[in-house]
Amino acid sequence: MIWQQVINGISIGGVYALIAVGYSLVYSVLNFSNFAHGEVLMVGAYMGFYALSALHLPFFIAVGLAVVVGGLMAVALEKVGYRPLRLRHAPTLYFMISAMGLSIFLQNFTIVTIGPNFRTYPDIFPTHPIMFGALAVGYLDLVIFVITAISLGLMTWFICGTRLGSAIQAAAYNMRVAGLMGINPELVVSIVFFLAGASAGVGGVMFGMKYTVYPWMGNLTIKAFIAAVVGGLGSLPGAVVGAFVLGITETFAAAFVSSAFRDLFSFALMILIIVIRPGGLMGVVATEKA
Amino acid sequence: MFVYLQGIITLICINLLAVLGLSLLTGFTGSFNFGQAGFLAIGAYVAALCTMKLHAPFVVSLLAGMLASGLVSIPLGYPTLKLKGDYFAIATLGFAEAIRLLVENLEKVTGGSRGIPSIPPLTTLTILLPVTLACIWLVRNYVSSRHGRSCVAVREDEIAAQAIAVDVFKYKQVSFFVNGLLAGLAGGFLAHYVGFIQPSMFGMAKSTELIVMVIFGGMHSVTGAVVAAIILTGLPEILRAAAAWRLVMYGIAVVFIMVVRPEGLMGSWELTFASLRSLCLSCKAFARRLYGRCFHGIA
Repeated sequence: MIWQQVINGISIGGVYALIAVGYSLVYSVLNFSNFAHGEVLMVGAYMGFYALSALHLPFFIAVGLAVVVGGLMAVALEKVGYRPLRLRHAPTLYFMISAMGLSIFLQNFTIVTIGPNFRTYPDIFPTHPIMFGALAVGYLDLVIFVITAISLGLMTWFICGTRLGSAIQAAAYNMRVAGLMGINPELVVSIVFFLAGASAGVGGVMFGMKYTVYPWMGNLTIKAFIAAVVGGLGSLPGAVVGAFVLGITETFAAAFVSSAFRDLFSFALMILIIVIRPGGLMGVVATEKA
Repeated sequence: MFVYLQGIITLICINLLAVLGLSLLTGFTGSFNFGQAGFLAIGAYVAALCTMKLHAPFVVSLLAGMLASGLVSIPLGYPTLKLKGDYFAIATLGFAEAIRLLVENLEKVTGGSRGIPSIPPLTTLTILLPVTLACIWLVRNYVSSRHGRSCVAVREDEIAAQAIAVDVFKYKQVSFFVNGLLAGLAGGFLAHYVGFIQPSMFGMAKSTELIVMVIFGGMHSVTGAVVAAIILTGLPEILRAAAAWRLVMYGIAVVFIMVVRPEGLMGSWELTFASLRSLCLSCKAFARRLYGRCFHGIA
């Protein structure tokens, strides 16, 4: 029973990890949380849905499309909503408000144009579980886990193993000095948003397959943000660890206490972490510099 | 027609109370509150339950709702207000969702998702209007007092504010508390005006609507918040046909304001006797100049 819950927790934690990484990546470079991240996920989910159900494309091409569309969407949002604020060094408050505006717009535009209905992905994978002894693992959960692992692996390779990745690391350490070393800050910001958007696109397809697709599904990413906070905002390994911790906490709360109060436990976990260790599990407590 | 107008004015006043608190907290102190609806819900439910179950007089119920909502803000603000704004924003968002979940699941007390029906309609304009005006006056005075200026200092630069001996955390906490009080009051009035409350009335859409009002009117002006609350509560009544597109427009407008004119409609302009007089004077000077130029042209 307990191991079954751990498996369920890991399966949901994997999707959280994909999205939480996007939050942390943007935070590490730009020092603010992209609260419009959820809407990128929603757009990715719709892209995947239409690619599969209307265009009847193969599954991996659909995921690829969601990745590209999610990435481009995130870059476009950055150019419209954040770049002008960045250039005039606006306070963080304005970034949050701008993000909220972008979310309101995208959510309601989707409601008005596509409609507020819940849509279900077509069944691509068998729905019966695979048994490992007494433990049941959903076929879909396994696929999601593998795709998540591949995506995270690719992202790690990109950040740690390529020249552009080194540029991102340098910019995360100190944007201004990185600019002096011949790194184009605008390019780095665009790449960071593309990466975050791409992972949100994958996450959107995963969420859509596991649950349903609807215009305000972006609100689900609050959980991913909590995961990023629990792991330490700005730390990528932290985001992954935080996501699994959150996923397992949630499934345990749902299984042993009450599924209605599951979300209360997530928020309580976040507040607890903020009180005990404000930098998160793997982050460092950064004091603001004048 | 008169009753309809009365209804709109009542709604404007209720929104205005909630927006006033938010204006103080987000506009003047600079802490982004994503979850105003949660405080509204606490005020509404506590006040309604006091009236229905305890048969308390209206004023007592209102005060109870107000206090409950204000007191909740203290333990919520204590851990989160010391940190960066991002944490506070998400904590308020989470708080509002948590309140909604609690209300939905504590079925014995709150009636669950079906809500509380037939609350006596005790909210009348004769009570609401003076209370609203008094609150506007109080907030306006607070903001232009020494404490209000400290709040503005906190908003502009926390480190600089600390350097001139402003207790950043204290002012944030006070603003958050007052915000809670005002939202609770608004909730109490709302419950006793609509006569029926259910959790779905206090969702994220409500929080968004209220924060949009603050941003629209200008984050540095009480007058702006008042004007925005009046326009944005009244506008949907006129534009009923475009109801679905209203929120789309809000989204565009909020981004546009942040990018082009972050100080909002009013900026930091306040409607006072002094500012009215200076406005009159500058109008007069402009007219005189225009007049002079015209005559100069003819001659």
